[in-house]
Order: sequence, then C-alpha cells, then structure tokens
Amino acid sequence: MSDILLQTGGLGFGYPQRNGLFGKPTLREVIKGVDLAVPRGSVVGLVGESGSGKTTLGRLLVRLLKPTSGGIQFDGLEIGQLDEAALRPLRARIQMIFQDPQSSLNPRLRLGTTLTRPLGVHGRLKGKRDQRERAAALLSLVGLPSDFAYRYPHELSGGQRQRAGIARALALEPDFIVADEIVSGLDVSTQAHILLLLKELRARLGLTMVFISHDLSVVRVLCDDVAILHHGEVVESGPVARVFGAPQHAYTRQLLAAIPLPDVEPGWLDESSVVSPQQQGSAA
Amino acid sequence: MADIAIASLAAPPSRLLAGLRRGGPRLWIGTVLVALLVLAAIFVPVFAPHDPLEQDLMSAQLPPAWMTGGDHAYLLGTDSLGRCVLSRLTYSARTAVMVALIAATLAALIGVALGLFAGSFGGWVDQSISRLIDVWMAFPPVLLSIVLATVIGAGLTSVIAAIVVIDWTRFARVIRAETMVQLTRDYAAAAQVIGLSRARLLRLEILPNLVPLLVTLLAVEMGIAILVEVILSFVGISVAGDTPTWGSMIAEGRQIVYQAPWIMALPIACIITSVIGLNLFGDGLRLALDPVQRS
Amino acid sequence: MTATLAVEGLKVAIGAANVLRGVSLDVQPGEVRGLVGESGAGKSMLGRAVLGLLPANTSVTAGRIAFEGRDLLAMAEAERRSLLGRRIALIPQDPMTSLNPVKRIGRQIGNLLRHHLGLSKRAALARTTELLAEVAIHDPQRVLALYPHEISGGMRQRVLIAMAFACDPALVIADEPTTALDVTVQRQVLQLVERLRLRHGSAVLFVTHDLGVVAKICRSMTVLHAGRVLEEGETTNVLVRPRHAYTRALLAATPRADRPAEALRPVPPDLIDQLWSEAYRLDQVPAVGAA
Repeated sequence: MSDILLQTGGLGFGYPQRNGLFGKPTLREVIKGVDLAVPRGSVVGLVGESGSGKTTLGRLLVRLLKPTSGGIQFDGLEIGQLDEAALRPLRARIQMIFQDPQSSLNPRLRLGTTLTRPLGVHGRLKGKRDQRERAAALLSLVGLPSDFAYRYPHELSGGQRQRAGIARALALEPDFIVADEIVSGLDVSTQAHILLLLKELRARLGLTMVFISHDLSVVRVLCDDVAILHHGEVVESGPVARVFGAPQHAYTRQLLAAIPLPDVEPGWLDESSVVSPQQQGSAA
Repeated sequence: MADIAIASLAAPPSRLLAGLRRGGPRLWIGTVLVALLVLAAIFVPVFAPHDPLEQDLMSAQLPPAWMTGGDHAYLLGTDSLGRCVLSRLTYSARTAVMVALIAATLAALIGVALGLFAGSFGGWVDQSISRLIDVWMAFPPVLLSIVLATVIGAGLTSVIAAIVVIDWTRFARVIRAETMVQLTRDYAAAAQVIGLSRARLLRLEILPNLVPLLVTLLAVEMGIAILVEVILSFVGISVAGDTPTWGSMIAEGRQIVYQAPWIMALPIACIITSVIGLNLFGDGLRLALDPVQRS
Repeated sequence: MTATLAVEGLKVAIGAANVLRGVSLDVQPGEVRGLVGESGAGKSMLGRAVLGLLPANTSVTAGRIAFEGRDLLAMAEAERRSLLGRRIALIPQDPMTSLNPVKRIGRQIGNLLRHHLGLSKRAALARTTELLAEVAIHDPQRVLALYPHEISGGMRQRVLIAMAFACDPALVIADEPTTALDVTVQRQVLQLVERLRLRHGSAVLFVTHDLGVVAKICRSMTVLHAGRVLEEGETTNVLVRPRHAYTRALLAATPRADRPAEALRPVPPDLIDQLWSEAYRLDQVPAVGAA
C-alpha cells in the first residue's frame, strides 16, 4: 500500500469551443497540467480565486468530469478515463461535499432519505429499521438530533444543511473526500463549528481530503498541505506552514497580503504596498 | 450547537395541515368544484331525475323551474325534444370527466417520458425529440383531430386519441426544460457521486422535483381536454349522436337560442365552471405540494 | 460639531417581528464607521432604514435618524429623495444586479450626474470620464460604451463606487461591498474606497460581517447582534481589548492565515442562546421612554 492515495499527473481539462461557424472545435483549457499528490490520511488545501479552476479540478478528482489530458491515480488504479459503469464500485470510496447545501440536498426528500440513499445504492441497507438507525447514527456523527431525519432541507439553517451534506458524504465511509468551498456561505460562528467538526471527524475517521477554498485562513485551520491554483495551474504547493510562512511565488505572496486580518494595520490601504512586511514575517 | 438550538423550535406541527394552508382558497374552491364534477359524473344514474334520452314532446322547451312557466319536474327545464336539461348536463359530465382523465393522463405519460429522455440525454437525442415537437406543433390541431376522427371513426376513442396525439408536446416541452434545470443543481451531481445510475437518478431524485409542475400541467390539460371534447362534439365528430355531451347540447341550443336561451347557456356555464375549477385545483395543489417555493 | 449621521433608539419591525431593537450609533463627518454583525443581526436593515429603502411590510416603530441634524424620518418624501444619491449615497452589495443591464455604463453615470447636479450632456460625459479614471479604470472611454455584463465583477464594483462618490456625498453607506469579491480584488476596492472618501470628504458607514475588513478600513466600529448594539468604540480598542463576550468570541472564531489552527474557538452556543433570549426579553418590555 503506497502512501499516496490520490495522485494526478499532467491533469488537464478543457471545454470544447467552436471557432466560428465552420471552424474546428478546440479546447478552452481551464485546468492545465496539474500534478497533485494527496497522501493517505492528509488534508490538502486547494486555494484559488474565482476563475482559477478549483471547482473544475475538484469535479475532476471525483470524476464528475472526465479529464481531457493526463491521468488520475486512485489507490494505484488509473481512474481518469473509466466510464460510469466501471466507476460505480469506486463511487463508494470517493465522495464529495458540495459548496451550497441548499442546492446539493434534494429539496423534496427528507433528510433521512438523502443520508441513507448512498447506502441503498451500494446495497448496504437491511430494511426500514436499519435505514432509520443508520440515518440517526449519521446525524449524530455530525452533531444533529436524530429527529432531523424527518425534516426537509428548507427547514434547516445553513449550518445544519452543511452538516447534513457532510453526513451524506460520510455515509459510505469513503477513503477520499473532496470538499468544495463548504464554509464559504456561512457566518463566522457557524463556519468555526463546521471547521472544527471536520477536524474532529478527520482525527476520528482518518479521512483523506482535498479541501477547496478561496479563503487561505480557512485552509490554515484544516490542511496539512496546500496547493495554490492560478489560471488552471498550480503555482506553488507544499506544507501549509512553509507556504504561508515563506511563500515563494509572487501570486501566493499577493494572495496572503490581500487577506484582511483582524488587526489594525495603517499601511494596508496604501495602494503602493504590494506585500506588507508584517504579513511575510508573522508566520515564521 | 447554536444553529440547532434556534431552528429546532420552529418545527411545523403537521405537514399535511401546513400544506393545506399553503394551498389557500384556490385549493379549497378548486377541490369543491372538481369534486362536484367528478361526483356528478360517477353518481348520475342514482340521482338524475330523468332518463337523458327520454323525450316528452308535450313539455318541450320548458324554462327552468324558478322561471314563469317552469315545471318542478324539470328543474333546469327541457330542450326542444322535451328532454330533461339537468339530466343531460350531468350525463354529459360523465363523458367530459372520462375524456379529461384518460386523455390527460396518457398525454402526460408520453410527454413526460420523452421530456425526461430529451432533457437528461441531451445531444442528438434531445435534438431529435425537440425537432419532432417543433414539427408536431406546426400542425393545425383541429385539422389533425378531424383527420383522426375520419380515420378511426367518430367515438370516444378517437376524441381521446386526438387529444393525446396533439397534446403530449405540452408536457414534453415543459418537462424537458425543467429536467435540464434540475440536472444542473448540485443534488443531481451529488446523486452521481454516490453512484446512482441515470435511470435511477431521474426516477428517485429528479422526478419528485417535477411533481408540483406536473400536477399543474395535468390539471390544465384536463381543462383543455374538456374544451377539445366540447368542440369536437359541437361539430358532431365526437361520441355517438345519442350520448349527451355539452358540445352537442350547445349545438342544439344554438338553433333555438332566441326562444330558449338557457338550453345553450347552461352547458356553457358547466364548461366554464369545470375548467376554472380544474385550473384552481391544479394551482392550489402545486402550492400545497411545494413547501420549498414559498421560502 | 453635528454628526453626519445620528441614529437614536431605532426600532424596526418586519410585521410583528423586531429586527432592530433600539439601535443608537453616530457617524461623524469624515469618519468611517464599521457596522459588524452576522446574518440576522439587522445590519443591512439599518443601512436601508437610513436610505429609506425598507422592504414592504417593514417599518420603523421607534427612534430617530438624523442626517446632518435633520430628522430623516420626519422629512417630506420629496425632500428626502433629493438627498439620496446626492448627499447620501449607497455602495450596494451585489454589483451584478445593481446596474441596469440594458443601459451602457456611461449613460447610467451620466444620467445620475445630470439629474442631481444639473450638468449638461457634454459636461456630464466629461465628468463621467473623470470619475472612471478616478476609480482606476484605465481606459474610461472604452468602458463608457460597454454594458454591465461586459465587464468583470471587480470593475462593476468600481463603477458603482464611482457613482456613489459622484456627487461628493456627505455620507456613503457601503453595504457589504466586497463580500462577493476575491481577496485580491477586495483589497483594491477597499483601497479605492479609502482614497475616494478622503478626496471627496465623505463619511462612510461600512456594513460588513468581516472583522478583518473592519480592522483595515474603519476607525470606529459598532457590533450588532439580534438588532442590538453590543459594543461600540475605536476599532483599535474593540479589536485589541473587546469588552463584550460576543466580540471576544467572534474574534476567537475567525480563522487567521497567520496562525496555526489551535487558536480557533467556535462561538459558544450558550452565549448565542443567551443573547437571543436577552433580545427577546427586550421585545416584551413595554416601551418606556422610547421616543
């Protein structure tokens, strides 16, 4: 068993784009030659701004999208070009938590149904009673009361919905989870609860995760390694402490400097300053 | 947890009740009108005061009972052959309800299947179904149904067939568009990630989200089916001549509209009430079934 | 000196439910005050009340809003409207929906200038070009002729900022203007607001949920929760020595890129419950002495 659970090599993805009425379609590349390695049991942060391709990359990793070049190795198996039928058994091992739980939970299904559906699909439910017990167990895993199984998504708050989204992803006890911007729509207080819940679940269940976010501060809370994505390319990657403490790439420095930390810092609004000295030295 | 503590207070006491409340007066009025129509259709033989075909030429063109010259035996009067208008109206409801139910359901089945197919497969499947719909809708519907009636022969079957053949496109178009919208939502992606096949994705995840829309479409379609049946029986290519229908009653009433206006007015009133009732019912039911839309 | 904005004991209710429960705050001339709170705190509602843009079935039930000493709530509708856009301006949250999609950028700004300042078509065009250059749009002539969907989100927000400051307003209400933006763009937009407010001498009420943004741009701040002011003061003091437990908890719950995760502590649920029950208790007290 290798230490690397998931690895991409020269991963690329593009949308076909037609040039003029009779032109040959070409690819509009949004992911360009990404090499990413996710060690077993670790959480890798994937940071980028809008248009960086981070969501596309996340969807490639769970094979909601098919790469147009390069490959994805999951547990030693090349999954980049597998078709839907060949992927099905692997689906139980690779899960995703979505950004907007409002849209990722089926509005017409009770939570209990949504949470246990993954189990049903993979033939792991033994009757109604088992389903009820499993739903209750999953809910309690993410800190929700068991009677939430009978609720509809719109009856929940944003934080509760995101907990439900996490519970669904955990239902199959997957080896690998992609979490796409899962705290970006939440208030600070709710966000901290969700982050700590993930941290705790990670320690308890030994999760391997790719955590996608636009927010470097959030990544710092949860991740071991971080990869900075810019225009579809990884411009810098490495252990969180190193990348945050001694950023090598100019874009990383610019990103770090742009984060408004809750400290009063008079020079921050000067338009001449690109990177503030305090920012660079603070994590060292 | 903070977020739990706040929201757990607001659990609704009963979903059924909440649904009924959401439906509002539309649901109530619609339900009453539709129930009246359906009950009349089912139980006509029990309470119809007369045989709808029984002629009594001695008391032809009697006005309704409350008007001068009315007869209490004929509550809504009689037509030119002395047949009881009330009985004929209620027996007509039978035909109308049958046509509405069967035709709308069949049209929905075909339309939903093709709509789901087109909306979920996309590509050339979608292209061909969409073009088919376009071409189909370019045919003049009345012409199509007259041709059909001539080919199959007049009768209830040909009326139903005509409506189904023409109106499946209504369902197909709307369901196709809505399926596409639903498939872009993350819950569809989530279903794919847990390994649902396309067929099960459509059946278990997408279809429940189409229900409110489908209910409205069905109710509207039933109203349309009633109207089409009226038109076809008005021009005399619907059911056999001796079965009473609203359309044939209007056709007969038209000839003596100056002497006995009620004979034409009453079936028209029945048609309008039924169609309005069905529309209100569909609208109300959609609101009742869809808790999400309001929030 | 008369405060640019003085809000006293403001109560706002949606139907029967209170959203603001007696809020007082003021903004001095040239001051940038942060109004911080999480969703449901009522922070946007306060901004809307000042602008007189409360949604339907929402009403001010008590209190006073004074702009440069004059009571906005007692003012005639026409007079109040003449202040909006000219003396009191808004930088909205969503740059996407705040511009008219079927009008070119130049025309939208031009109309504003002609309406409020009575400029001629020609003068308005010249001024519009200046304004766009001022918000660091490098080729104003080109942008003037574009429709809102043809420019990026950051650029749209710049256009809206240019419009807000166009008439040298005394007060600008910035309603979460950077929430939808990337951090790098957010920084540029904040820098821009800072430069423009200095140049035009405007006071700013900066509504946000982000303590970091407050720290960078606001001199003073007000912490709002459940429609109540919990804490108020100079930003330096509030952030370094927060007096209220809620402010302390919020700070502890804010993840920081410059520190390892161990420092992160979520807001205790008990505290939130307690604050809400205090707020609800306020609703039950009969309004004694409320103006």
